[in-house]
Amino acid sequence: MNIPNPITVDGNEAVARIAHQTSDILAIYPITPASPMGEIADLYSSLQQKNLWGVIPSIVEMQSEAGAAGVLHGALQGGAISSTFTSSQGLLLMIPNLYKIAGELTPCVIHVATRSVATHALSIFCDHSDVMAARATGWGIWFSNSVQQAQDGALLCQMFSLKSRIPFIHAFDGFRTSHEISKIDGITREQAAELFPWAEAAAHRARAMQPEQPEVRGTSQNPDVFFQSRERINPIYQNSPAIFTECLAQFERVTGRSYQPFEYFGAADAQRVVIAMGSSIGAIRETVQQLNNAGEKVGMIAVHLYLPFLSEPFIEALPDTTRSIAVLDRTKEPGAQAEPLMLDISLALVKAGKANIEISHGRYGLSSKELTPAMVTALFREMSHSVLNGFTLGINDDLTNLSVDYDSAIHCQRPPGTHQSVFYGLGADGTVSANKNTIKIIGELTDQFVQGYFEYDSKKSGAVTVSHLRFSPEPIHSSYLIEPDSADFVSCHQFNLLDKYDVLNKAKHGATLLINAPFEAENVWLSLPYRTRNQIASKGCRLYAIDAYKLARELGLGRRINTIMQACYFRLSGVLPEQTALDKMKEYTTKTYQRAGTEILKANHDAIDRALERLHQIPVNCEEAEPEQRPDLQTGNTIIDQVVLRAMRGQGNLIPVSQLPLDGSYPTGTARFEKRNLTDRIPVWEPDLCTQCGKCVYVCPHAVIRSKLIAEDSASNAPASFKQQPAKSKAYGAGWLMSYQVSPEDCTGCELCVDACPITDKQNPDRKAINMADKQPLLAQEIDNWEYFLQIPAVEAHQVKTSTISGSSLVDPLFEFSGACSGCGETPYISLITRLFGNRMLIANATGCSSIYGGNLPTTPYTKNTRGEGPAWNNSLFEDNAEFALGLRLSADQNNIRARSLLSELAAQLPDQLVDSLLNNPQQTDQQLEQQRLSIIELKQLLSTIEQPEATDLGSVAQYLQKKSIWGIGGDGWAYDIGFGGLDHVLASGKNVNLLVLDTEVYSNTGGQMSKATPTGAIAKFAAGGRSRLKKDLFAHAMAYEDVYVAQVAFGAKDTQTLNAIIEAENYPGTSLIIAYSPCIAHGIDLKNNLHQQQLAVSSGHWPLLRYNPAATANGSNPLKVDYKKPIISIRDYMETEARFSLLKRTHPEAAEQLATLAQEYAWHRFNHYSALANLPAENNSSEEA
Amino acid sequence: MTNLTTTYLGLTLKNPLVPSSSPFTKKLDTAKQLEDAGAGAIIMHSLFEEEVTAHQKVFASHLADNSFGFAEMDNFLPEPTDYEDVTSQYLKTLTELKSALDIPVIASINGIGSGEWLSVAKDIQQAGANALEVNLYSVPSDTDKTSSEIEKKYLQIVNALKAETTLPLTFKLSDQFSSPGNFVKQLEAAGANGVSLFNRFYQPDVDLDTGQVYPSLNLSNKYEYLRALHWIALLYNQTGLSLGATGGVHNSATVLKLIGSGANVVHTTSALLSTGPSTLTQWQTEIEQWLEEQELELEDFRGRYSMQQLRDPAVFERVNYYQNLQLYRR
Repeated sequence: MNIPNPITVDGNEAVARIAHQTSDILAIYPITPASPMGEIADLYSSLQQKNLWGVIPSIVEMQSEAGAAGVLHGALQGGAISSTFTSSQGLLLMIPNLYKIAGELTPCVIHVATRSVATHALSIFCDHSDVMAARATGWGIWFSNSVQQAQDGALLCQMFSLKSRIPFIHAFDGFRTSHEISKIDGITREQAAELFPWAEAAAHRARAMQPEQPEVRGTSQNPDVFFQSRERINPIYQNSPAIFTECLAQFERVTGRSYQPFEYFGAADAQRVVIAMGSSIGAIRETVQQLNNAGEKVGMIAVHLYLPFLSEPFIEALPDTTRSIAVLDRTKEPGAQAEPLMLDISLALVKAGKANIEISHGRYGLSSKELTPAMVTALFREMSHSVLNGFTLGINDDLTNLSVDYDSAIHCQRPPGTHQSVFYGLGADGTVSANKNTIKIIGELTDQFVQGYFEYDSKKSGAVTVSHLRFSPEPIHSSYLIEPDSADFVSCHQFNLLDKYDVLNKAKHGATLLINAPFEAENVWLSLPYRTRNQIASKGCRLYAIDAYKLARELGLGRRINTIMQACYFRLSGVLPEQTALDKMKEYTTKTYQRAGTEILKANHDAIDRALERLHQIPVNCEEAEPEQRPDLQTGNTIIDQVVLRAMRGQGNLIPVSQLPLDGSYPTGTARFEKRNLTDRIPVWEPDLCTQCGKCVYVCPHAVIRSKLIAEDSASNAPASFKQQPAKSKAYGAGWLMSYQVSPEDCTGCELCVDACPITDKQNPDRKAINMADKQPLLAQEIDNWEYFLQIPAVEAHQVKTSTISGSSLVDPLFEFSGACSGCGETPYISLITRLFGNRMLIANATGCSSIYGGNLPTTPYTKNTRGEGPAWNNSLFEDNAEFALGLRLSADQNNIRARSLLSELAAQLPDQLVDSLLNNPQQTDQQLEQQRLSIIELKQLLSTIEQPEATDLGSVAQYLQKKSIWGIGGDGWAYDIGFGGLDHVLASGKNVNLLVLDTEVYSNTGGQMSKATPTGAIAKFAAGGRSRLKKDLFAHAMAYEDVYVAQVAFGAKDTQTLNAIIEAENYPGTSLIIAYSPCIAHGIDLKNNLHQQQLAVSSGHWPLLRYNPAATANGSNPLKVDYKKPIISIRDYMETEARFSLLKRTHPEAAEQLATLAQEYAWHRFNHYSALANLPAENNSSEEA
Repeated sequence: MTNLTTTYLGLTLKNPLVPSSSPFTKKLDTAKQLEDAGAGAIIMHSLFEEEVTAHQKVFASHLADNSFGFAEMDNFLPEPTDYEDVTSQYLKTLTELKSALDIPVIASINGIGSGEWLSVAKDIQQAGANALEVNLYSVPSDTDKTSSEIEKKYLQIVNALKAETTLPLTFKLSDQFSSPGNFVKQLEAAGANGVSLFNRFYQPDVDLDTGQVYPSLNLSNKYEYLRALHWIALLYNQTGLSLGATGGVHNSATVLKLIGSGANVVHTTSALLSTGPSTLTQWQTEIEQWLEEQELELEDFRGRYSMQQLRDPAVFERVNYYQNLQLYRR
């Protein structure tokens, strides 16, 4: 099929191209999965690309979507043609302005990559709950159902809006459309210019607020005219259908592509019709085609123009023969009679006198749940004999029995010549980028249609990716993953994934399987898991293997195997003539790597050639007996066994409704079941050198290395290889041993423990008191040692001196084995806080990295101590975390007041000493806190013997007599930007809330967008030319309140300062703020240098170490402490070590120089400024009367 | 007016004052100031091997490691679109300097690897440099490595460069050779055209408060020229190589002493950083006056204090050390 202007892009890029060409101003804010649209638009503007009227669009990143909407409203009222991109909560934050913009009849388009709105849980995946929440605002809503349509819809909405004055939400499905790569017919600049409504754009500009034609808008109206005013706009909506029709006709004339508000596909005499909108249309269309080919009479209607809802075109689109329809909504509105599309459709039928048509309605696809032809087939079959109210598709609802059963073996026939490939890899091994490259090559070199879709992991260390690639001579409508037994080619780029995932599940009979296997060819077969061997044999697969890592090492490519595996794919798959493909690969490689030096370029070219030499076909031998299966782990906890562990095994889609928690509450302590085995090297402790300083434990981002005191008399049953030595600190007295032990299967191999170790062997300086070693030979013994270690009773905070690094490191962390990046700069802070206060801690966690590694199912790293106590954790939103934490504080305080009141009421019936202790224990030290805990236990026992309602009441709140440690945790995006207003308010409240800002200086979780914490001279998304402004000094802001404890820390630069700050903050009875430097992969560094980078940041003055403790004024001290010395290295030297700075020197050398000078001046300014403040004599506020 | 013309690396210079690599020779405006102040030629700022390879590594690592495969983002840093590598930036500056200046521009590279990075010499020639100075600067921390192995490695660089370029090559050396004179002769045999004596080491220091070792960088002092004076005087007429003197040149008297010892040119940085380009004008005037007073042309004066020209050449040998000690003890 001939495509006049083929471009291979994903949905976000397809939309951003048009939005950039048709806007003056784009107000943006990052949110998954819409962020790439803003990033692409920003890139276009940084490349000086102009819009259709010859102006470079102005891109402005705001502090939140609410801010972006405000700018949008202002820009529109100023006469600029303006737009934004958003999703989910982002759209919800814009809603107040959506009403304003529509109420003022202002043309505007917002492009929404649809995403679930957070309810019982956050989800970054797709449904239509966000768009549906905006349907009352007066905006039009147009749904695009594919990448091609997303591009076209972007321009159509602009046309509709400018011509009708109705603002439009252009909606397309998050991930499935926004992230799917497809070859489409690109709208040329000339076509866009021809279609753009120039006259209406001029009219819009003419309506701008201007002093030359002053008007008052946005008035405050009274009951006398408000209502009538709302009705005054009716003609605009009434007249809009003709405008839309005209736009669609014009679009077809110019592009050749035809759209209708309601697009019918299927038999002209269909009896059963399914109605839906969004990407699922693809699966429904394929099913309709297949059923009709089999002689059935079915059809479907794709809804494009959802609002304004035009009944007439809908009725026209529906065949007269229709007896039964099913309306599919991709949202859930609990308590409503039905979901919104259904309500609109049914009213349209009633109004048209077609109430006799049977209407089934239901939900599907929440949070990107798959909708497959098998499910659609089942629905059509059900429709032939029954009417379904509120059904669900794609799940097993065994609780309310609303789900439609389906036969998963049903697939749609593919057009001849279609090729489907599935690739399993790691996020970091380049599999996805190689596949994107493959799609581009095939899209460019052939007439084939291409489709690439990528499943991503929520884990950041060892993230697994599954790539789904389809190539076909016919347009590809399959809006779902490659199904079981369907793939022509399956490639597994990480050998250990064969154990964890059912990789062969997707392979069809006779498929080709390519494995990256770290073995000689003759040893590959027997190294495969039995399940894999069995599947290869039973499916008649051809098996090929290559030791890609070995070849990559030989070529100096490290762990990047993408080029090697891609070359093998082209040889084996036959999707292109081999030499053509390899030549093109080399062309792309040259383009990519030529600026990286000829050695690297040559290595990549060699990788292409030598990969083919190293590729071996492996003989398949199927005469083997099945080994004994290990039983699945069972814990006895219903939720863990039925939900957590099944989801962990990749069986989450099979969990029935009844087994899920009612309100989204899950048990903690589940990350320990994962055993992800991400590294082939682990740290090994050397007791002969160790001084037991605890630094290795302190810095471990995944809490996999622990220290414990062991009573000498209980140490005799230790495994032979278990290491322990006499405890060196005199504080513990005699009779204690010390052990440092690593959990070998949870370690990510980041090496920070080795880096932190201050001890080296004087005979062998390469040997430290802890060193990395190959894991495999140690694995079995270290698993045993870890198991033994876990049995050793842990010490509690009150038993050690937690104000020292070694002492605090002896207390078990209640945050372990998170999915954060290997070497993460954030997690050691959280781990430390849970050691110190975890047993009485409530955490409010802002959305971001820390909420993802903290609370992304199936497991959580938050855990409990041996008494079952641990942090209680929740994520409210991104923007309200400080307020959420304050709510927790107020609640704990109210409960404390109630408990104290009830205790006083019942005092006569309780021992005086106990009551006195409970009411007057200051709970300042770990020992006092422990005493209070024991007193509460005693109280509860006594209360159970008192038969009075007050005793029961007190029993229910007695735990609030224990001091609760309330923490608001989040990143700089929260604290500096979207949540700053709330954070500021909580700082001003004086309430005992501890706020921990994990400052990575960018929005890390959404991909490194600039925040107000981004330092001068750093590049970031939305700041490709380097941030020119100074980083906001949050410390100074908080210090200005004078009664807020505030600290700026960097654990890798000065560990004791961090520890002291955290303890002081928690002890401080008012509000506390800790700003914690957190090196991040977004800095363009290798996180194994995490500690070193923190030292450089501090030594250069980039990151001042400061503490401001208002409590110090009580004893006449200056509350400010400057905990770092005069900078001894230049900011420039520090900047050279991080790609976020050094890349700017290469792209914008003059700006880099100028910004480095500014950064240097700022570093000195802050040092001098804070030093001067810290050296001021403490104020004497006492006054002497004359 | 006294003729100050000198020949260096086969280039005829109007005078022997050649500012060495410094921030002044990095930018067009300041380089122009040097020319206006009377510089005979300039040595461009150095292109460091570490900088070239580090840039390549940073960029390669950016390409390779900026893809993470997480659901919410695939990469962090924006893809650089108009990325200009450090070599391109250097060549661009060289081209600009050449088109703006009338005096010769000597490019400078600094490194000890004999690998791929030396291919930059070809690009430097194409960009119009008049000569190339190669700064051989290494810290042989490996105590198993012999001095002859290190010298061999340096000579490999000469050979590699000769294969890349026909530009005149001069090598900036440290004085830490067992036999500097012999190594200079080896360089000559390998095809070098000049040497510049001597390089300065930037040695690290320790911060007792933090326990951190940090790089220390101090400008040269006015006595440092004695090392160069000593060896230039020894080498004059013992080698056909052009001799450049560098380090500790803080006044015109030092320039004259070094020329008198046999230097073809004298380099300076610290004095310029302290007092600015106009220093060159002042020095030129003072040198002219002094030579006029002595009724000498510069070329006649050159080498007058060299070992070969002195009646008592022992002053440049070990006995000089002994005599100095005796003097000090008195």
